[in-house]
Amino acid sequence: MTGIAARHDNHAGIERRGLAELRGPLAFVEGVAGVAFHEFVDLEGSDGVTRPGRVLSTTERGAIVEVFGVTDGLQLGASSVRFHGRPMRFGVGPELLGRVFDGLGSPRDSLPPPACVERRTIGGSPINPCRRAYPRDFLETGVSAIDALNSIVLGQKIPIFTESGLAHDALAMQIIRQARAPSVEKFAVVFVALGLPRDVATRYLDDLQTSGSRGRLIAFLNLADDPTAERLITPRLALTAAEYLAFDAGYHVLVVLHDITNYGEALREISAARGEVPSRKGYPGYLYSDLASLFERAGRIAGRPGSITQIPIVTLPSGDLTHPIPDLTGYVTEGQIVLDREIARRGVYPPVAILSSLSRLMSDGIGEGRTRDDHPDVAKQLYAAVARVERARGLASIIGIDELTEIERTYLRFGESFERELLTQRGDESRTIGETLDRAWRVLHELPRAELTRVRDEILEKHYAP
Amino acid sequence: MSDPAARAGVITEISGWVVRARAEVPLALREVVLVGDERLIGEVIALNRGEVTIQVYEETEGVAPGHPLYATGEPLSLELGPGLLGGVFDGVQRPLRMLAEQEGDFIGRGSRLPALDREKLWDFKPAIEAGSDVEPGRVLGTVMETPALPHPIIVPEGVSGNVKWIAAAGPRRITDVIARLDDGRELTMLQKWRARVRRPVRERLVPDAPLITGQRVLDTFFPLARGGTAAMPGGFGTGKTVTQHQLCRWAEADVIIFVGCGERGNEITQLIDELPRLIDPRTKRLLAERSILIANTSNMPVSAREASLFTGVTIGEYYRDLGYDVLLLADSISRWAEALREISGRLGEMPAEEGYPPYLSSALAAFFERAGRVVTLSGGHGSLTVITAISPPAGDLTEPVTRHAARFVRTFWTLDRQLAAARVFPAVSTRASYSEVPPGVTNWWSSQVSPGWAAAREEAMTFLEEASRIEETARLVGADSLPERERFLLRLADTFQEGFLQQNAYDAVDACCTPARQMALLETFMRVRREGLEQIAKGTAASALPIDFAALQRMKTAKELP
Ligand SMILES: Nc1ncnc2c1ncn2[C@@H]1O[C@H](COP(=O)(O)OP(=O)(O)OP(=O)(O)O)[C@@H](O)[C@H]1O
Ligand SMILES: [Mg+2]
Repeated sequence: MTGIAARHDNHAGIERRGLAELRGPLAFVEGVAGVAFHEFVDLEGSDGVTRPGRVLSTTERGAIVEVFGVTDGLQLGASSVRFHGRPMRFGVGPELLGRVFDGLGSPRDSLPPPACVERRTIGGSPINPCRRAYPRDFLETGVSAIDALNSIVLGQKIPIFTESGLAHDALAMQIIRQARAPSVEKFAVVFVALGLPRDVATRYLDDLQTSGSRGRLIAFLNLADDPTAERLITPRLALTAAEYLAFDAGYHVLVVLHDITNYGEALREISAARGEVPSRKGYPGYLYSDLASLFERAGRIAGRPGSITQIPIVTLPSGDLTHPIPDLTGYVTEGQIVLDREIARRGVYPPVAILSSLSRLMSDGIGEGRTRDDHPDVAKQLYAAVARVERARGLASIIGIDELTEIERTYLRFGESFERELLTQRGDESRTIGETLDRAWRVLHELPRAELTRVRDEILEKHYAP
Repeated sequence: MSDPAARAGVITEISGWVVRARAEVPLALREVVLVGDERLIGEVIALNRGEVTIQVYEETEGVAPGHPLYATGEPLSLELGPGLLGGVFDGVQRPLRMLAEQEGDFIGRGSRLPALDREKLWDFKPAIEAGSDVEPGRVLGTVMETPALPHPIIVPEGVSGNVKWIAAAGPRRITDVIARLDDGRELTMLQKWRARVRRPVRERLVPDAPLITGQRVLDTFFPLARGGTAAMPGGFGTGKTVTQHQLCRWAEADVIIFVGCGERGNEITQLIDELPRLIDPRTKRLLAERSILIANTSNMPVSAREASLFTGVTIGEYYRDLGYDVLLLADSISRWAEALREISGRLGEMPAEEGYPPYLSSALAAFFERAGRVVTLSGGHGSLTVITAISPPAGDLTEPVTRHAARFVRTFWTLDRQLAAARVFPAVSTRASYSEVPPGVTNWWSSQVSPGWAAAREEAMTFLEEASRIEETARLVGADSLPERERFLLRLADTFQEGFLQQNAYDAVDACCTPARQMALLETFMRVRREGLEQIAKGTAASALPIDFAALQRMKTAKELP
């Protein structure tokens, strides 16, 4: 990747003893000159522990450093800073596969650091839009709710919006285990924990490693009790690794970022410490651009074999879809899969809310030659029918089922079998897209033919047997 | 931009895209400077004694105090001339295709390729003879920029005199001299213009016609005048981008400029892939031959995103000045406003609402003011229509960007989350959208399509209004307890939604609907409404009406219609 690696080295290294000020994760250093913007820094306390950091702003007199480690217990005089003369880098290479790292990229699996073929700056460079390849290869997850109605393609970024207590972990693990695409041989998973409780992270690792994915998994773990500021680095290390695997080594990489809400909160914390003017709910005005700098690293590049597909997981703060983090995530990603407590209460797994979910890259990835010729019509018809179900349910809750028209009652029955036959599946059950669509037709049979206005006649002839 | 640049000072401070420096030579406000050893492109945005503040249009990682600053002596300006059509440029007009050839798949830093190809030969045909007196806007000659569009070469602003020499017909580069004036001045096909300054016109005119978009709900209910302005607010996933892409394909404009301002890379890629393949139904030429993409995606530098809107609008004005009807689509001005906010924050300015600078409103006004229908300097007619997407946080239409934009646009298309969730597209809310229809637009429909247009539209508006009231009642009491009249209207409204308002962007026939067809559909629906109401007044039950609703619903793609 020309243009990305090894750029702008400034000096061999500057050391400075003593800090002028410490405020949360920010350290103010005076009396250093020539420190570069975004330069990589090590800060050592009297405890002998080295914390990495990055220059946030720099003048002729000093610099402000964002510290990716615990700053509690640091003293001004007894701390020393070393400026490296270059931005933060991460070593990439095939040996990353199968390894587990901490949030700053050091091995966490008590093995020696992997050999790397190249050290790359972790911020990434934007892909030239003229060189992107538009994603259109169907990625089969084996989950009907996704494959039929929110089909994902290789190179897409699509988050799971969820609430605490819902089955997002089971669903994410199921997707990782089952994901497959025709013609894809080299498949890899990058799992990124951002402020995740230890037991959840362990569950993912155990699940992935026992399901035979070990050799194709890389994990970066920033756990709940790891420093908050570190969270801003972890996904960038992971995506640097993913870019290497995808665009240099030809892997189709699935990146799971869990949980973006913790990431956003880390960003807010740093922003507040810098005294920046917030926009909504205390989040910085650049939250959108910052999220985009992660999510836009998904995609495909013309003439290169691999891809990066991203599935960020976003826990909605107090279930609120309009909260800045899910809101701005939705504005960057290519759709969203929304899990719903109401549906979960009815015992449905996975509890996917069909109407609020969306896959924006679906239309180019499905249909004849990609999934099946009836897929686009089936999906359109199901959305329309589910919208009718919602309306009928709303009405029934006001005036009672008995007052509904015959067709509204038919839709209620359809709604039930839709959830039972199509949506619901076992956590270890993987359905092919063909099985999923056949089930969809069985459900559509609950409706009279005249209601199927979204399906072309020739498709109806083939699939709607009276 | 001219090179080599002279050393002009030393960098003293870097904070993101805002850099400060100590000047060693006098610099001008808005002058282009090059920052650091990599010579990143920047623009002087403030001068205070010896200290200069610079907005840098590239990532500043690695720049340090003590690094050099270079001056170019030129203001930041755009290149205007043949070769823009079919191009893909970033926010400061760097040619992204050429950049990819030079640097590969990722966008690096410090590249300064000229926007327009210097080597390409254009077949120049002079339009005047030596000895003619010329003034700004006067056509010197023409080249065929693409098979779809002749490109008149006009005398730039501020230049007039007697032509001593004009180039003969033949191949010319854009930097070749094509005319020499009596005072010795030499003119080329390449012009420069500062993006933030509006281009002069002879006269501003009131709108005389709609900009037909082929989208029924827009053209019929909320029409946009040619030379007018529209805002399209909507939460994520409500269809702003898909609608704008639709307008790219179908709107009846000569030149289309799409500004991807802080949005997704894949969406730009989709246009890049598609425009060279799609045939324009009117000219039967490829869309790429008359469109220009400005792509400053969400992960490209925020400062260049701020500039991208002005880059787009200036190029739009230029083609307007050549006598064309131009459509500028911007997706989205919320991201532009956020860029403004971020730069303002880094400058330490006092914020107003939600962190936006107090001048957000005037900056928006200055942008929208550049739309319009005009008499050009040479006496021709041209127009620039502007359609902007707005991405309000949480879909909240009371937020600052939506609120300010609403004051400056005449057409307001609100996209509705509920409709989008039910997959009703385009998800234009008929209740929360509006358009101030100028007389010129009404006259156009009456004379070009049908004298009954205004009346039919009026009737349909009333019908929709009533239907939505009935719907609210039905939500409380159930459709079964409604009187026959209301039941019929509700049923017809459902059919109207599917058969008229809804339009599938992905259906080959339905994607674009001609004005004549829109009118035919509308009249049919209104006739059915009147006849149905008459029958019901005579005592017929709603369910017994001899109306084939399914056929009505499918009529929009019927072959028999115009
Ligand atoms: N006219 C249409 N016909 C069919 N489908 C549509 C139409 N408009 C929108 N959609 C569907 O809605 C999805 C979202 O639309 P779009 O990407 O335009 O939303 P948006 O408002 O631009 O969102 P964002 O603000 O996040 O960019 C599309 O991917 C498509 O599936
Ligand atoms: Mg969009």
